[in-house]
Amino acid sequence: MKFKDLARWLEEPIEGVPALENRRLNAVRGFFARLTTPLIPDDYLHLVNPLWSARELRGRVVEVRPETADSATLVIKPGWGFRFDYQPGQFVGIGLHINGRWHWRSYSLISPPARDEGVISIAVKAMPEGFLSTHLVGGVKPGTIVRLAAPQGDFTLTEPPPEKILFVTAGSGITPVVGMLRTLARRDEIADIAHIHSARRSDDIMFRAELSGYEERAGYQLHLQLTTEDGKFMPEMLDEHFPDWREREVWACGPQALLDNLEVYMEEQGRAGHLHVERFTINRTANAGEGGTVKFRRSGKAVEVDGATTVLEAGEKVGVRMPFGCRMGICHTCVAELSEGFVRDLRSGRESNPGERVKTCVNTPAGNCTFEL
Amino acid sequence: MAITDIKEYAHLTTEDVEALGRELDQIRAEFEESLGESDARYIRNTIRFQRSLEFGSRAVLFASWFPPAWVLGTVGLGVAKIVENMEIGHNVIHGQWDWMNDPEIHSSTWEWDISDPAAHWKQTHNHMHHKYTNVVGLDPDVGYGLLRVTRDNRWTPFNLGNPIYNFILAALFEYGVAIQHLELGKVAAGKKDREEFEELRAEVLKKIAKQIGKDYVLFPALTGPAFLTTLAANFTANVIRNFWSNAIIFCGHFPDGAEKFTKEQYRNETPAEWYLRQMLGSANFKAGPIMRFMSGNLCYQIEHHLFPDMPSNRLKDIAARVEALADKYDLPYTTGSFPKMYLQTWRTIAKLALPDRYLTATRDDAPETNSELKFRIRGGLKDTFAGIDPVTGARRGLRSAMNATKKQRGIVPAIRKLIGRPATPAESVRALQAA
Ligand code: FES
Repeated sequence: MKFKDLARWLEEPIEGVPALENRRLNAVRGFFARLTTPLIPDDYLHLVNPLWSARELRGRVVEVRPETADSATLVIKPGWGFRFDYQPGQFVGIGLHINGRWHWRSYSLISPPARDEGVISIAVKAMPEGFLSTHLVGGVKPGTIVRLAAPQGDFTLTEPPPEKILFVTAGSGITPVVGMLRTLARRDEIADIAHIHSARRSDDIMFRAELSGYEERAGYQLHLQLTTEDGKFMPEMLDEHFPDWREREVWACGPQALLDNLEVYMEEQGRAGHLHVERFTINRTANAGEGGTVKFRRSGKAVEVDGATTVLEAGEKVGVRMPFGCRMGICHTCVAELSEGFVRDLRSGRESNPGERVKTCVNTPAGNCTFEL
Repeated sequence: MAITDIKEYAHLTTEDVEALGRELDQIRAEFEESLGESDARYIRNTIRFQRSLEFGSRAVLFASWFPPAWVLGTVGLGVAKIVENMEIGHNVIHGQWDWMNDPEIHSSTWEWDISDPAAHWKQTHNHMHHKYTNVVGLDPDVGYGLLRVTRDNRWTPFNLGNPIYNFILAALFEYGVAIQHLELGKVAAGKKDREEFEELRAEVLKKIAKQIGKDYVLFPALTGPAFLTTLAANFTANVIRNFWSNAIIFCGHFPDGAEKFTKEQYRNETPAEWYLRQMLGSANFKAGPIMRFMSGNLCYQIEHHLFPDMPSNRLKDIAARVEALADKYDLPYTTGSFPKMYLQTWRTIAKLALPDRYLTATRDDAPETNSELKFRIRGGLKDTFAGIDPVTGARRGLRSAMNATKKQRGIVPAIRKLIGRPATPAESVRALQAA
C-alpha cells in the first residue's frame, strides 16, 4: 500500500468533518475515529477543553472593548480548525449560547488576517430590536465560548488593491471597511483613499480615534457627515468632497437607502461596474413574493402574510416552533420541506417547488403554501 | 377486533375529545415555553457523564484479564451503552433537543452507538411508529413483523415459537431494529423496490461493520494480551444493552391495557383523537430517579407518545398533568411496577403462541386488546357508565366501565371449571352475555 492510500484509509472515517491543517494529526484523528465511532475523537476532547474540536469551529472571547456607548469590539481566540486566510471585508458567523439556545448572527471581521496573533476581532453595534447584538455588546464576559462559522462574503478588496479607493460608509457599515483599512495599514499599502462616513452625532462614530490616526498619515482623507447637523449624505455630494471620485474604485456599506441611491447614481454616471456593496439586511422590496396563507401541517397552524414576510417569521407569529440560525440565508439551520405551493427567495427571486427543502428565513410565500413543520 | 371507534370505546363525546385535545395542547405550549438553560445543562451533563463512563470502562478493560476489572468494565460499558441509546440517542433523534439550535445535539446530525443507522430509525420509529401507534397493520412495532402480540393478528403455526423468537429478538435487539427498515417481509413478497432495498441494506451493513469492527476487533486488539477477555466484555455489554432496551420498549406498548386500533379508526382521526390514541395505546411503569434515567425516561411512555419531541427531563412533570387529565375524563392511565409490566408482555407473548381456540378471551375483550364491542356485548354497560353519576356528580367513563367489567371477569373461569374444559371464544361471549 502506498503512503497516500494509507493516509486516505486513515482519514476515511472523518470524511465530511472539517479536516485539521496538520495532515499527520488528521490521520491520527481518523484512526481514533474508528474506535470512537459513531463519534469522532473531537467529541471526547472538547469535553476537556471546548476549543479542542474541529468538528465545529469554536472560539473563546478574550476581550470586550467598548467602542461607543452602544458598540463594542470583541476579540476572539478561535479553536482548532479555524483558518486565518480570510479576506478583509469578509464576515464571520458567531453563535452565542443564551438561556439554553444558540443564537447566530454574522459580523464583519475587523482584524487583519494574521495567524501570528491567533485572534480575530469583530465589532458589534447594539440594535434596538437586536436581542443578540445587545447581548454581545453588554453581556458577554471574557472567557465565554462562542461558535464560529467560517469567514465568507465577497465584499473584499481586489488583489492587489487599486491605487485610488473611495469608501462610503454609514453607521455600523464602517466595520468591514475598518477591516480593510487595518489590513492596508499593516501592509503599508494606503496609497490614496477617500472615505465618506455618516453617523448621527460625533459620539456615535465607531473607531473615531483610529480614523484620526489614519488621517494623520498621507494618502487617507476622511469626510464625516453628521446627519443630525449636516443632513443625509447624498451621492451628488461626492463632487463637492472628492471631485476625483470618478477615478476611484468604490466600496460602500450601510443602510439600504444609501446603497440604493448610490447604485442609481453610479449607474447614471457610468461607473456601475466600479461599485462594490455589502448589504447587512436583506432587501425585501425588490424581489418580494405576492404573499399568501402559510400553513404548517404538523403544528396545524396557518397565518396569512404579505409578500415581505418570511416563512420563518410567519411561523413565529403563530407560535410554530421554527428552527432557525443566522436568519440571513447562510447557515441552513432553518431548512424545512415545502409540501405544497410555491415560495420565492428574497435574495435571488428564485422560486421553489413543492417537495423542495427551502430556507424558511429567506423565502416568502408566493401564493398559498404548506410546510412540514 | 381492535378499536374501530375510539370515541365510543372511550365513552367520550366529540366535544369531550376535542376538549381533551385542547388541554393537551395547552400543556405542550406551557412546557415548550419554559425550556431554558437548566434543560440544556441537563443534556450536556448527561452526555458528559456518558462519555466519561464509556471512556473509563474501556480503560478498565485493558486489565480485563483480572476478573474484578472485567466485571467493573463490562457493567460500566453496558450502562454507558444503555444511557447512550436510551436517554441520549433515542431522545436526540426525536428532536427533543433541537430547540437548543446546537448542531452537535441535533436530530439532523446525531448518529448513535447501535447497529441501526439514525436515518432509518427516523423513518421506522419517529415517523411510522409514532404516527400510527398501535394501529394493527400500520405500526411496524406491533410484533416487529416477528411476534404475535395481539389476537388481532391471525394465528399461524409459525407463532408456536413466539416465546423463543422473543428471547432471540431481545438478545439481538439492535440487529432486529437495524433490519426493521429493510422490510424483509415486503422484499420476500416482491413488494419492495429492489434498488431502494439494496441501498438501504448497504447502509445497514456499513453501520454494522463499523460497530462490530470497534467492539470485536479494534478495542480487543488494542488491549493486546487481554484480547479475548475484552472481546467477551464488549459482547456481554452489548447483550446487556439489548435485553435492557428491549424490555423497556416492550413495556411501553405490550402490557395489558395498551390498546390496539384498526385502520378504520386511524383513517378518520382528528388531531385530538390522535392524542387519545396515544394515551390509550401506551403504558408507563413506575420508576425512581435511577430507573427513569436508565430507561431514557420511557417509564413515561404515555407522555413521550403524546409529545415525542418534548425533552425527556420534563416528562416527569408532564406526567402529573396527564394523569390528572385521565382522572378528569375517567380514562385509564396504564401503569404498574416494571417487573409486573414486563411479565405481562411475556405472558401475552407466551399465550399468543397458541391458536385462539385454546385461549379464553376474545379479540374484543382480552387483556392485550379490547374494542368497543366489549361493552356492547356486555349489554348496556356503556349506557350505564357514560356521562355523569347522578349521585356523586363525578364523570363516569371508560375507567369505571373497565373496573366494572373486571369484577365480572371471575365468571369466565367459573364457567370453564363448571363445564370441565377451556371455553372457546364463542362460548365465552355467550357466557358473558348470559351474565
Ligand atoms: S436561519 Fe438561515 S439559513 Fe437559516
